[in-house]
Amino acid sequence: MQRYILRRLLTLIPTLFGISIVVFLVMRLIPGDTISAMIGTQFQLTEAQAAALRAYFGLDKSLPEQYWIWLTSALQGDFGYSVRSGQPVLWEILSRFPLTLELAIFATLIGVGIGVPVGILSATRRGAAVDIGARTFALLGMAAPSFFVGTIFIYVLSVYVGILPNAGKYVSLWEDPIKNLQQMIFPALTLGIAFAASVMRTTRSAMLEQIHSDYVRTARSKGLSEPVIVRSHLLRNALIPIITLVGFEAGYLFGGAVIVEDVFALPGLGRLLLSAISQRDYALVQGTVIFIAFNFVLVNLLADIAYTFANPRIRYE
Amino acid sequence: MNKNWRKHSFVRLLRNWSGLIGLILVVAYVTVAIFAETLAPFPPNEQHPADRLQPPGPVYRLGTDEFGRDLLSRLIFGARNSLQVAVTSVGIAALLGVAIGVLAAYIGGLSDNVIMRVIDLLFAFPAILLALFIAAVLGPGARNTIIAIAVVYLPIFARVGRATALDIKDREFVDAARSLGAGHLRIIWRHILPNGAAPIMVQVSLALSWAILTEASLSFLGLGVIPPAPSWGSMLSESRVLMELAPWTVLMPGLAIMIAILGFNLLGDGLRDVLDPKLQ
Repeated sequence: MQRYILRRLLTLIPTLFGISIVVFLVMRLIPGDTISAMIGTQFQLTEAQAAALRAYFGLDKSLPEQYWIWLTSALQGDFGYSVRSGQPVLWEILSRFPLTLELAIFATLIGVGIGVPVGILSATRRGAAVDIGARTFALLGMAAPSFFVGTIFIYVLSVYVGILPNAGKYVSLWEDPIKNLQQMIFPALTLGIAFAASVMRTTRSAMLEQIHSDYVRTARSKGLSEPVIVRSHLLRNALIPIITLVGFEAGYLFGGAVIVEDVFALPGLGRLLLSAISQRDYALVQGTVIFIAFNFVLVNLLADIAYTFANPRIRYE
Repeated sequence: MNKNWRKHSFVRLLRNWSGLIGLILVVAYVTVAIFAETLAPFPPNEQHPADRLQPPGPVYRLGTDEFGRDLLSRLIFGARNSLQVAVTSVGIAALLGVAIGVLAAYIGGLSDNVIMRVIDLLFAFPAILLALFIAAVLGPGARNTIIAIAVVYLPIFARVGRATALDIKDREFVDAARSLGAGHLRIIWRHILPNGAAPIMVQVSLALSWAILTEASLSFLGLGVIPPAPSWGSMLSESRVLMELAPWTVLMPGLAIMIAILGFNLLGDGLRDVLDPKLQ
């Protein structure tokens, strides 16, 4: 087991290298001159000034050289400075990350908390009203874009309930847990609904796959009650694909959070990225994309490890 | 894949309820997109200043927006925009991706290894983030949205193509074709690709649904088509401030996106049921 985890950890290194190369290369696709992209076109630079700036930022060097310089400083935690705020990129990212992480965790809890029970119910009462209702919910949940769901939430809350979910300053969980939860619950629900829909679908089909297997028939014929069969026989086996999906999708939440944070005006990593994009703050864009991709890879790794815990057949291979 | 089999599969798709509903929604959506000029009561960008924010009624069936533009007409042209982006990007991704995947598997060895490692790298990013990143770097506009979506989906098609080719290239009928003197291209074209058609078709349907969602998301964030061109995502985004005054301006584009995505998802489910007996 430890050797397996160690081996998986080692595969992280080439992946992270690869991510950095992809991001570095995509950044070079920015149309036009990097210098004017960096400082804005409002400054009319003479050729000498532009050349001096290019030399200062190392842009006069070859591509591999540029990558090497950038990589070595990135490995020391230096991702450059945000052109707009003047703060180090890493500092900006780390100060925004807790919100996005909290959002992703809550959305995962909601997705699993709704998706798994509803999926079990739907599979054990196949064809019944519960099943049809649950499958309709899953279809709609997967078809509804998060920015639409979030906008509807805001509309309903502000018009019919009289509260504005995104009004006022964001309060962190440590400052005021209750106020923080009030601010986070609807964004998390928005993100969690689509998640719940796909968890529900996977749970249902995984359960159905197992429900007709021999070991279930044996359990039933030796007189076990239905809840016991579901709990200790079916679920244990159905859990394997569910864990894979949850791990996979949890990583996607970091991407989805970009949109939800925009809808609810939450100052997380996603909004940082969007404002960096609109302000052409490229060092910040680069750093944020890499940071999110790292987390995505990390979550997938954790899912892989969790998967081996749920499925001992893999562990000993 | 002979004609009979194809006909048989189509009939089975119509008997599968998710396939049938999906097909109806997709056909409706494609028809609306193609015949936009005929179907739309007004030009999509025509402003009627006297009729701003009209609720749905006899003249403006789905109401008007803050510039007095007919919402129905904009939605109809929005369908064209989203279909164009989705079909082009998924088309590019499918053609290139499958070609890369099949070639990698067919050639095998080191080149397969290198190609697939590069492809794997693109999986190290959450899909929407990668699309957002590429669209942001390239700048707004339909062409760049297409590139962004194509890059994100290419690896998925490469994997599907590769898996199919690996599965088939050592089968006996391929050996038979080879011993009859068939060249590499003929083997790929006549033997490997037709056998991969089913999983690729399922994947195309799901990819189209994702592409519609991504196009809408990018234009919602201001990274898609350039206004005033109608796109469902940007229509929804621009109307958010007016939501309390004119909820229909938000509801209609949102529902349009949902219906299109639902159609392709259902069609994809139906296709999978019909074409892939293993998953039944």
